[in-house]
Amino acid sequence: MRIADKFAELDKKKERALIAYVCAGDPSTEATKDIVHALVKGGADIIELGLPFSDPVADGPTIQAAATRALAAGMNPDLYFEMAASIKENVPLVCMTYYNLIYKRGTEKFARDCASSGITGIIVPDLPAEESDELHDACKRNGVDLIFLITPVTTESRMKNTLARTSGFVYIVSRLGVTGERVDVADSTKKILERIHTDVPKAVGFGISNKEQAAEVIKAGADAVIVGSAFVSIIASGKDVNEKIEKLASELKESCKE
Amino acid sequence: MKKSMYGKFGGQFVPEVLMPALTELEEAYKRYKDDPEFLAELDYYMKDFAGRETPLYFAKNLSKKYGIKIYLKREDLVHGGAHKLNNTLGQALLAKYMGKERIIAETGAGQHGTATAMAAANMGFKSEVYMGAKDVVRQHMNVYRMELMGCKVHAVESGSKTLKDAINEALRDWVTNVENTHYLIGSVVGPHPYPMIVRDFQSVIGKEVKEQIMEKEGRYPDSIVACAGGGSNAMGIFHPFIEDKEVKLFPVEAGGKELKTTEKEALHSASLCVGEEGILQGAHTLILQDKYGQILESSSVSAGLDYSGVGPELAHLADIGRIIPCNVSDDEALEAFYELSLLEGIIPALESSHAVAYVMKMAKTGELGDLVVINLSGRGDKDLETVFKLKEEGETTKGKEDCL
Repeated sequence: MRIADKFAELDKKKERALIAYVCAGDPSTEATKDIVHALVKGGADIIELGLPFSDPVADGPTIQAAATRALAAGMNPDLYFEMAASIKENVPLVCMTYYNLIYKRGTEKFARDCASSGITGIIVPDLPAEESDELHDACKRNGVDLIFLITPVTTESRMKNTLARTSGFVYIVSRLGVTGERVDVADSTKKILERIHTDVPKAVGFGISNKEQAAEVIKAGADAVIVGSAFVSIIASGKDVNEKIEKLASELKESCKE
Repeated sequence: MKKSMYGKFGGQFVPEVLMPALTELEEAYKRYKDDPEFLAELDYYMKDFAGRETPLYFAKNLSKKYGIKIYLKREDLVHGGAHKLNNTLGQALLAKYMGKERIIAETGAGQHGTATAMAAANMGFKSEVYMGAKDVVRQHMNVYRMELMGCKVHAVESGSKTLKDAINEALRDWVTNVENTHYLIGSVVGPHPYPMIVRDFQSVIGKEVKEQIMEKEGRYPDSIVACAGGGSNAMGIFHPFIEDKEVKLFPVEAGGKELKTTEKEALHSASLCVGEEGILQGAHTLILQDKYGQILESSSVSAGLDYSGVGPELAHLADIGRIIPCNVSDDEALEAFYELSLLEGIIPALESSHAVAYVMKMAKTGELGDLVVINLSGRGDKDLETVFKLKEEGETTKGKEDCL
């Protein structure tokens, strides 16, 4: 499913989107499939499926540990696409990974593999717009959205170029730092949303872990909230994972409905 | 070609949040690099604090044994015991001009961390250094040195617990504290403009060699040999000679145990010799990786060369044939460590021992010519424990073999 179609569908229902991140293969391929099912059942609208990299510089300790577990359990790009193809949920799947895995596979092949396995968006946290010509073209040819990040320190001129390149949604980092759970998101979110002018849906992530924060972000004007580390922490705990994931997803989703 | 590229290598593959900081750094560097006040202050630090210029020493005993003229550029005599201070003084001063309050750095062997702590203490910065937990153990004297100078040392427990992971962690810190913090990278690696800035501050080595060798020999050397992990001492001595095509330039990488790769790790650190193109820590360069692009852990007897990538400009110079990448094994480097100590009364760092070893190995082949300069990038005091441990292990193994 394309990301734009999902946002259009939600628009009709006057809902905002819940985007959930999990790391593929943490702790196993089978477990990830069940977790994705639980997320969707709970109300997640878009699934970000992390493809683990050995050196994830933009991630905090929670997601780093997830990547380490997934790699140790044998996750690799071949298995990743196989797994993605076997997920039959009616939501867009987005691949989040680091650029070397894409470069090594070849940008064209990577984008093609995404398209043929049902992945309709790619997020690459170490690929700023300036370096993205090759992947951008490959994504365009294969009908895959390339999603860029905007941060509070992104300058006006770079913001313009980056927004012009992003499709699907724009990933807004509301505050400085790596991924992970934090407190107090309202002010920083409001401030950055005021600066961003685009027709592409605005999704806010980094540091959102509970329904109160999600509600604040939506109230501040976001079209979507992205939650990662909070789900990954549940997976790491290893106890009643699917139940807890579904419950958290449904709580967060409630905050996305007016 | 984009301004951030070195041929097809280089670039700025970093999280979005760091892009403004890289632009700010590049602009500040452009503004101050020719500024008389900045240069005068840097010159003062280089001379009175670091102890430059360093001698170009004619190694008479080594030369006699190998039948060619061998000079050693004595970077081991720089304050702190290695060339690293050239770069940290330059960058710390730049950070001061930029109004930053805090400096962070990564370190492998601890030499760059120490040099960062020195510059930071002297110029009044708060400093924090990230160091792989494995390196903290094998180079603990350097940890004490850093702490004495008020620097906070973080042992990094993620990944392979070496230099690559220390850089990851420093990048994560920078992403979080980018507004008041300067990330003082210690080698010619990472996103542009770092490879350029570090190269320029280290180029003082090659500039001095140019004048010194003309004075002593009336001509440029046939070859310059320098060890290369990330490659800062190599770029520093090579850069002023790039246009002098008759001078052969040899970066010597760590061949480790052997030039082989298992599924999870490389038994060496020879990215220029056998690495493949990829993206690591902000730059498109040559790296050690598996078939999927996961970064392989590297290996070397010398912590300072133990890195899975190499500076993008070195990758470019190798690509166009201007430098000749080569490598020596752990054992060959150790042999050179002993030999230089015995013959010249100079104990080299295990890193620099790789360069010495290559000259010992190749002198007789004629490939290096008659006049060679080795960049003796650091002194070996920090390595004594490692070397003695290896010696004991070697004797134990040998004893066992004798019994069989």
